[in-house]
Amino acid sequence: MERKEIFEKLNEIFCDVLDLDEVELTDTTCADDIEEWDSLSHIQLIVAIEKAYGIKFTSLEIMKWKNVGEMVDSIMSK
Amino acid sequence: MLQFKELKKLLKNIPSGLPSVKMALVGDTATQFLATAIKGMGVERGFFIDLFEAEYNQVERQLMDPTSDLFTFDADMIVVFQSTHKLAEYHSTLSVEQQLSLADDRLSFLTSICENPAFANKKIIYFNYPEIEDAVFGSYANKVTSSLVYQVRKLNYELMNVAQRYPNLFICDIAGLQNKYGRDMMFSSNVYVSTEMVLSLDALPYVAGRVMDIVCSIKGKFNKCLILDLDNTTWGGVIGDDGIEGIQLGHGLGIGKAFTEFQMWVKKLKQRGIIICVASKNNEEVAKEPFEKHPDMILRLDDIAVFQANWETKVDNIRTIQSILNIGFDSMVFLDDNPFERNMVRENISGITVPELPQDPGDYLEYLYSLNLFETASYSNADKDRTKQYQVEAKRVSLSKTFTNESDFLKSLNMVSNVSGFTKFNTPRVAQLSQRSNQFNLRTIRYTEADVTAMAADPDIIDLSFTLHDKFGDNGLIAVVILKPMDPNTLFVDTWFMSCRVLKRGMENFTLNTIVERARAAGYKRIVGEYLPTAKNKMVEHHYSNLGFKKIQGASSDLYELEIDTYQPKECYIEKE
Repeated sequence: MERKEIFEKLNEIFCDVLDLDEVELTDTTCADDIEEWDSLSHIQLIVAIEKAYGIKFTSLEIMKWKNVGEMVDSIMSK
Repeated sequence: MLQFKELKKLLKNIPSGLPSVKMALVGDTATQFLATAIKGMGVERGFFIDLFEAEYNQVERQLMDPTSDLFTFDADMIVVFQSTHKLAEYHSTLSVEQQLSLADDRLSFLTSICENPAFANKKIIYFNYPEIEDAVFGSYANKVTSSLVYQVRKLNYELMNVAQRYPNLFICDIAGLQNKYGRDMMFSSNVYVSTEMVLSLDALPYVAGRVMDIVCSIKGKFNKCLILDLDNTTWGGVIGDDGIEGIQLGHGLGIGKAFTEFQMWVKKLKQRGIIICVASKNNEEVAKEPFEKHPDMILRLDDIAVFQANWETKVDNIRTIQSILNIGFDSMVFLDDNPFERNMVRENISGITVPELPQDPGDYLEYLYSLNLFETASYSNADKDRTKQYQVEAKRVSLSKTFTNESDFLKSLNMVSNVSGFTKFNTPRVAQLSQRSNQFNLRTIRYTEADVTAMAADPDIIDLSFTLHDKFGDNGLIAVVILKPMDPNTLFVDTWFMSCRVLKRGMENFTLNTIVERARAAGYKRIVGEYLPTAKNKMVEHHYSNLGFKKIQGASSDLYELEIDTYQPKECYIEKE
């Protein structure tokens, strides 16, 4: 899986879950950058990403991420 | 089923004017998502849920402390979600001795809530406990009374008994949901670890759905009638082509048993009081033949309230059924294997429920179970006789066609009504009719069994219930009037509702004669009635003017008055028993 592909897919998922018109995620994007991204919608994002890739994140991973880049690292490691 | 994110989106644009339900939600785990899901499902079902969400893990404080926010909010419905997860946690802190009373302790907590007079007029919706098999004892846990498995199962069993004692307590059967979808669907460990929520995102819409099923039925919005297609829905094959020997039915190998078991389910619904009707494109005699002669048919002709088999469209036939039953389309479910017919009915009859039956008839039942189409807020023995009453009504309709003069027809019915106050025998039926009546209902105030019992004991309230029977049969208890003093001279008609199956029989006149008689005997001079419009009670918009009441000008609502001294009894052909 290419990093770039994952970012494109994540852009779609974020738009869908957070009800955004457009988003341009980068490695350093974090919850502070997107108003709609709060602790609750974070869970929705995780579940949506898990479904999109047919993977399961560990509880530790979910708590540890500081930005989108680290989320992408987790996805690539699966 | 809608997904959680769709429920969340419904909340961005809540249509104005939805009837509002004041609800409080308390839980011992985080409930924010559940709150969102319930509010979203509320909009989906046509309600605005005005929700108070208690702070996390304050179940006892919120429910026991009369100064808590929950008490202040004064909700009509209180949803209590105590999780198996927390119960298991607590179980592990107890000594074996204490574990033995885990279920009993929880039950006595619930009982104390139900008995709190502050909650007497509120509905308590209590989640039961999806099992967690902790494998501490394995299957042997069944023999160990202190085990978690034993205590949870006991708790779920005893909850059913507690619920029977308290009419204002409703068990929301999420353990049933877990039986259907499995623990791995209901619970998601990573969501739990990061949020303290014990329901997965996938489970939330189902749980919210079950909560709203209960809310809707308490609010009088529930299904009363099931309309069946025949070929490939009620039996396998096409009766017109395959003939009575060729259709597939019955046990043994093959698809026949799927239809037989489906019919067994329908029969149980009928016995519970759901009205079963048939709408089929067939010649009537051909369609009826299996009901009369096929040895493996579970449903027989006398199970069917209205049988429409002809070459009209399904839409026309369903409209005919509706006109005979006199119930709303939004309380009807139509089952048909043919997607074309389903769409046609869906597009032309708004409000009717038309499930997307799976292609394989073997899947019908499990699919139908998942929809929980027939939730109810009450059940009484009178329900069983409903089919008979509608069949009798169909006969009355055909008799009335042979009389040219309405009063001759009414006289010929030999109608007799029994008038009684509320008693312990008729209380369940009074409460049930209070929840079911939508059309002939002047103020649409819903009363529970507990409310009815309280009114019966109040000497200031005049409570009247009416039965009606005639030469064709007994309609049972069909009308209720509740009169409350407004001032020393005036009685206010707090409640007047009537079952629509006795429309056009002069029952309104008989009821008013009785009301005036009772009011006069109690020394009142004046009766005041009110019409509160709803989406469904337009039928009685002019009820009071038709009965000779005068509209009170300048009142803020539709109020009408009647002088008792000058009242002349209305003509009617109903005798008092």
